Amino acid sequence: MYERHILICAGTGCISSGTISVKDALENELKKHNLQDKVRIILSGCHGFCEKGPIFIVYPEDIFYCEVQAEDVPELVEEYLIKGNVVERLLYKDPTTDMAITSHDEIPFYSRQKRQVLRNCGVIDPESIDEYIIRGGYVGLENALKMDRMGIINEVKSSGLRGRGGAGFPTGMKWEFAYRSPGDKKYVVCNADEGDPGAFMDRSVLEGDPHAVLEGLIIAGLAIGSDEAYIYVRAEYPLAIQRLKTAITQAEEYGVLGENILNSGANFKINIKEGAGAFVCGEETALLASIEGERGMPRPRPPFPAVKGLWEKPTCINNVETLANIPLILRKGAAWYSTVGTESSKGTKIFALTGKVNNTGLCEVPMGISLREIVFDIGGGIRDGKKYKAVQIGGPSGGCIPEDLLDLPVDFDSLTAAGAMMGSGGMVVMDEDTCMVDLARYFLSFTQSESCGKCTPCREGTKRMLEILQRITKGKGEPEDIPRLEQLAAAVKDSSLCGLGQTAPNPVLTTLRYFRDEYEAHIFDRRCPAGVCKELLSYYIDSELCTGCRACVRVCPTDAISGERKEPHTIDETKCISCGACFDRCRFDAVKTK
Amino acid sequence: MSGVTATGTEKDFAYDKVETLLQEFTGKKGVTVPVLQKIQEEFGYLPRPAMEYVAKRLRIPISKIFGVATFYAQFHLHPRGRNIIRVCRGTACHVRGVSKVAEKIQEILGIGVGETTEDLNFTYEEVACIGACGLAPVMTINDKTYGKLASNKLKGILKKY
Repeated sequence: MYERHILICAGTGCISSGTISVKDALENELKKHNLQDKVRIILSGCHGFCEKGPIFIVYPEDIFYCEVQAEDVPELVEEYLIKGNVVERLLYKDPTTDMAITSHDEIPFYSRQKRQVLRNCGVIDPESIDEYIIRGGYVGLENALKMDRMGIINEVKSSGLRGRGGAGFPTGMKWEFAYRSPGDKKYVVCNADEGDPGAFMDRSVLEGDPHAVLEGLIIAGLAIGSDEAYIYVRAEYPLAIQRLKTAITQAEEYGVLGENILNSGANFKINIKEGAGAFVCGEETALLASIEGERGMPRPRPPFPAVKGLWEKPTCINNVETLANIPLILRKGAAWYSTVGTESSKGTKIFALTGKVNNTGLCEVPMGISLREIVFDIGGGIRDGKKYKAVQIGGPSGGCIPEDLLDLPVDFDSLTAAGAMMGSGGMVVMDEDTCMVDLARYFLSFTQSESCGKCTPCREGTKRMLEILQRITKGKGEPEDIPRLEQLAAAVKDSSLCGLGQTAPNPVLTTLRYFRDEYEAHIFDRRCPAGVCKELLSYYIDSELCTGCRACVRVCPTDAISGERKEPHTIDETKCISCGACFDRCRFDAVKTK
Repeated sequence: MSGVTATGTEKDFAYDKVETLLQEFTGKKGVTVPVLQKIQEEFGYLPRPAMEYVAKRLRIPISKIFGVATFYAQFHLHPRGRNIIRVCRGTACHVRGVSKVAEKIQEILGIGVGETTEDLNFTYEEVACIGACGLAPVMTINDKTYGKLASNKLKGILKKY
């Protein structure tokens, strides 16, 4: 009988911060003290608080240790497991009060969340189907097996669940279309091609609770009358793929997947397809082309995949997070599910909160929460006491939300009205040091290189827009560039074939809408207010801070810096090419930009 | 479709290896991408003779195989280094200053994006997002992830390879 359980986070973030060596050290240390039969080590899924990894939680007391390294393990075992003294230096410290917090429920990052979809992530061993079942797993499937197809679909419809992949299409309606499409063979596809830079919630669900996704897929199959599914997952997510494979094998052994599921007569098979690295494959018709072994290029809709999808058969495509909601709805009922959220957006949404906030990681919040609560309460505010500038939501298809809209409720419709979109849920916080023009350029360079080239507006339009943005960030912007950008953006948005092109101008349009002054500063004053665009910076040396070490003089490629040893140096602006070498070299922060 | 290729003449090529890889795919549909993934796993890149062989065996035009191979970022038509560096250019990394890290690595190795060092030790690539945004800026070398990077940490990391 184990007296204690220790959960060590084995999500990708924590593994790269050293989980495996912590686990090895703990095993050794437990053996040394003959505790191996009393303490059980569990490698759990992602806890979401990747910044503070590796995360190490001791149950039943629920003591939350973070940033634990292998060399800390002997102390933890000796002091805490044996003597019962909490090792304070490894506890989480509140960034505002500097107080140590012992239990993870009390950490603001967690206490403000509503972890429904992530309920098992970081709690169970993702490689154990038994632990999933103990937590209510596969009960939703059992319930679904007792219902007829329209019964399942109606339950999902009345839950109000909308697709979590980006556009927010009602899931129940999607299922009904596929169900009503005539066909002897139908497919269900799980879109796990999470390509938005800055989003990793699908990866964490797949790694931390793979059975929830499988259960959602099986229920979708029952509802539309399909016996075969594909999970299209990025090859860049090796751990997610491995955990899915393990989960599929276990589900088949337990009879919840395969032939004659739970003696119901229904059959279901799940195949895994590894994506090969193309952002456009997140678009559903492109994804289907990729599964068929073609170049992943989209095609016009209609016909929609629900009518003619994979190999021309009716196909229902849902995103990972959407599917992970399904078991909950079927287990606890649509009425229970729809109590959380707003009128038009029910349930919760997982966001990947990153960028210049104190607490980065995954957070799951009820729909309708304000951006302010996410950034300042869960995220703990901006790093290094800097000023909030914007939060970018929805990845390359989304937009930037400025400070005066911070009280905007986060739901599908409010975000769209503000020019952003829910997207898959990437949320990147920016402070005063982020240049919005450079950010727009960054997103455009991403969508431009990921444009598949099939339709002209997206292929050529994004290219021309990128050229204009590059010109502006290099200080060569022309007064007509702003109207030009607006005109091109409207054309690309209206006339592109698929979602990639239709949304690619959003980052440009929202930055123009809310941060037009920054564009104007670049074009008319030849100045980058955030101090990011290299060609627009001029450097000077702060004579108070300069020690006269001559380090900058040696790295300057144009001999623009002069000054005697131990005397403050100066930069000759006529010779300076703004390369920034002196700025990087100076150990005293004496080189400044203006 | 004959003659000398980057890896030598077609005669020298290990067709038997490709044939073995093809076994598990017989009779299945939509196999182009997984077949190319297997070949790349075996050879480290997609040698032309292998693609030609696959085209013949699967009765798919070579142009189509080539089209698929060049569409996806994962596939490479030239030999690559023993160690693959992938620097994340995702939004979180961008905002936390990955550009300087990227420049520094290229400076240390003396190669650009998509290039391989002469001794075939490193290939340098940039990718859209690794999904480890909490640790930004991030890179991976082979299967190992390095987070919270700074320009002055890079030499030490690269020395290990």
